[in-house]
Amino acid sequence: MTQGHADQTHVLSSQRRGARGKPQEIAAPSPTAGSLGLREAALRRRRVLWGLAALTLLVVGAASLSGRYPAPYWMPPRLLLEDPLARQIFFNLRLPRILAALLLGMTLAGAGTVFQMIFRNPLVEPGFLGVSQGAAFGAALSIVAWNAGSTGIQASAAAFGFLGLLLSDRLARRIRYGGWTLRLVLAGIAVSALFSAGVGLLKYVADPLTQLPDLVFWMMGALWGVTWSKALSILPVTVIALLFLLLMRWRLNVLALDEATAFSLGASPARERMALLLAAVAAVSAVVSISGVVGWIGLIVPHLARRLLGADAQTALPGALLIGGAFAVLCDTLARSLLAGEIPLGILASLIGAAIFIVLMLAQPRTAMLSG
Amino acid sequence: MTPISITLSDIHFRYDGREVAVFEGLSLEIPPGSITAILGPNGAGKSTLLYLILGLLAPAQGKVLLAQRPQHSYSRRELGQLVGLVAQEEVIPFNFTAQEYVLLGRAPYLNLLETPRPQDLEIAHHALARVGAADMASRPLQMLSGGERQLIVLARALAQEPRVLLLDEPTAHLDLGNKGRVLELVRQQAEAGATVIFTTHEPDLVGTLADNVVLMRAGQALAAGPLDEVFTGENLSRTYNVPVHVLQVEGKRFIVT
Repeated sequence: MTQGHADQTHVLSSQRRGARGKPQEIAAPSPTAGSLGLREAALRRRRVLWGLAALTLLVVGAASLSGRYPAPYWMPPRLLLEDPLARQIFFNLRLPRILAALLLGMTLAGAGTVFQMIFRNPLVEPGFLGVSQGAAFGAALSIVAWNAGSTGIQASAAAFGFLGLLLSDRLARRIRYGGWTLRLVLAGIAVSALFSAGVGLLKYVADPLTQLPDLVFWMMGALWGVTWSKALSILPVTVIALLFLLLMRWRLNVLALDEATAFSLGASPARERMALLLAAVAAVSAVVSISGVVGWIGLIVPHLARRLLGADAQTALPGALLIGGAFAVLCDTLARSLLAGEIPLGILASLIGAAIFIVLMLAQPRTAMLSG
Repeated sequence: MTPISITLSDIHFRYDGREVAVFEGLSLEIPPGSITAILGPNGAGKSTLLYLILGLLAPAQGKVLLAQRPQHSYSRRELGQLVGLVAQEEVIPFNFTAQEYVLLGRAPYLNLLETPRPQDLEIAHHALARVGAADMASRPLQMLSGGERQLIVLARALAQEPRVLLLDEPTAHLDLGNKGRVLELVRQQAEAGATVIFTTHEPDLVGTLADNVVLMRAGQALAAGPLDEVFTGENLSRTYNVPVHVLQVEGKRFIVT
C-alpha cells in the first residue's frame, strides 16, 4: 500500500453527480440597511480624520506660542512683530523643535501601527525587535567611547537600531520552534535585553561628570537643543518612510491576516512585511537619534486611533499619524514650558501615555487590549 | 468562469527539520469544476495537500499544474486571482467590520499601493449578501458568533472570485443551519465553474457534497476517484483502521462504525 500508489496517478471523475436541483436561493436581508450604515460610517470616519487634522494644526499653533518667554506659558502673537528676541525664539528655537516633535510622534505612532499589524499583536511597539534598545546602545556607545557630537550620535544610533533588527531577524530564523511571529518576538526580547545590559554597562563606566548626564538625559528622551539642522537632517528619511507606510495603508490589513490567508490573497507576506519593517525602522532610528528613547507613543496611539476610527488601517494609520504628532507636540510643549527647567519628554510621554492607557482599559475592561 | 483542472504529479514533500516525509510520490488529477473531498485521520496530510495546491508550500520534487500550467509560472497576483482559501479557524487579531474584512478578498485585483475601488465595494457587498450577511456589513467581527464569522470568511473568499476554492474543514464547529448554508454556497460555487477541494473529518459531509473523494492516510492517497467507487465501507475501514459501513437509504449515504 505504501509505494504501490506512488507512481499511480489517481484520475478523478469529472462527472457531476446527479441533478443537484436548482441552487437554492439564499435569502439576502435587505442590502440597503447595511449599505446605508456603511456610508454613514465612512462619512463619520472622514469627519474624524479632518477633525484630527484640525486638532493637530491647533496644537502646533498653540505650541509655537507657548513657552517660558517672555513670561511663563504664553507669548502674545503681536510680540512677533515688536520683539526681535521673540522672533528669534519663535523661528530658531520653537519651530524646529515643534517640527522634530511632530516627526517623532508621527513616526512612533505610524511605526507602532505597522508593527502591531504585521506582527498581528496589538501589544507590540517600535521598541520591539531590538530597534529602540539597539539605537539607545549605539547612542550611548558613541557618547562614552568617542565623545561623539550630535551627528556621530545619530549615525551610531541608526546603525545599531538596524543592527538590533538584523540580529533579531537572524536569531529568529535559527529558533526551531513556534511560528515566525513568536520566534521574532522572542528573538526581539532577547536582543533588546542584551542591548539594555550593554547600556547599563556603559552607564557604569561613563565619566560621571561629563558623559553620564548626557547619557541619562538621552535615555530619558528629550528634544532639548534641537536646531533647524538637526530637525531637517531627519526630515527626508522620515517623510519618505511615512509616505511609503501611508501608501501601503490598505495593504497592511491584508498583511495582518494569517500567513496562509494573506498568501492566498496574492501577497508575498514575508517580503512585503520586511519592506514595511525596514521603512518603519529607518524612520524610528532617525527620530530616536535626535530625541533619545521615548516610549508609550508607539504603543498607545495606535490603540487610540483604532478606538476612534476602527481597525481598518486605511483610516486608522492616517489617524494614528495625526494623533501621534499632536500628542508628541503637546508633551514636548509641556516638557519645556511647565517648569523653569526642562522635564525629559520621555518621562512626560510615559506619564500621560500610561494614564491614557489605564483609562482605556477601565473604559472597556474585557476587550480594551484587543479592541479594534 | 471557465473551470480549471489541477494536477499533482509525483509530489514529494517533507516539513523542514522533520524526519518523516508527508508525501512520497503523490499523484492526483482533479478535473475542472468538480467538488473533491479529502478525507482522512488527523495528521494524514490533508491541510498540507491544500497548501501545496495553494503554493504556500513547495514540493521538494514533483509538479503542481493549474490549468495544465506549472504553478510556479504564475505571478503571486495571478495565483491570488486563481486560488482562494478558507483556512481552518482563521484567527483575525484586529476587530475589522465584516465589510472591511470581506473587501480584503479583492486584494489580488489591486496593486500594493491601491485602495479598494467602487466596484470592489460592490463585489464585497454582493458576496456578503450571498452568504446572507448583508445586514452584518458594519458589525465588528468580534461581535459575531463563530458560525456567523465562518460565513464572513467564506464571503471574503467569494469576493476573491477564485476559480479554485480550497476549504480546510469548512464546517467544523458550525451548527446545522450554518452548515447547510456553507454547503449550499460551495455547491453554487461549483455550479458556477469553480473547482472546489475541501478537507473534512465528517464522512457524512463527503456523501452529500462531493463528486470525488481522496482518502488519505499517513501521506498516501489510499484511494481516490468518483464518490460511488471510492466511498465504500472497505476503503473507509482501511483509512481509519476501524470497521466502517456505508448504508444507502433513498440515495443518501449514512456512515456506521
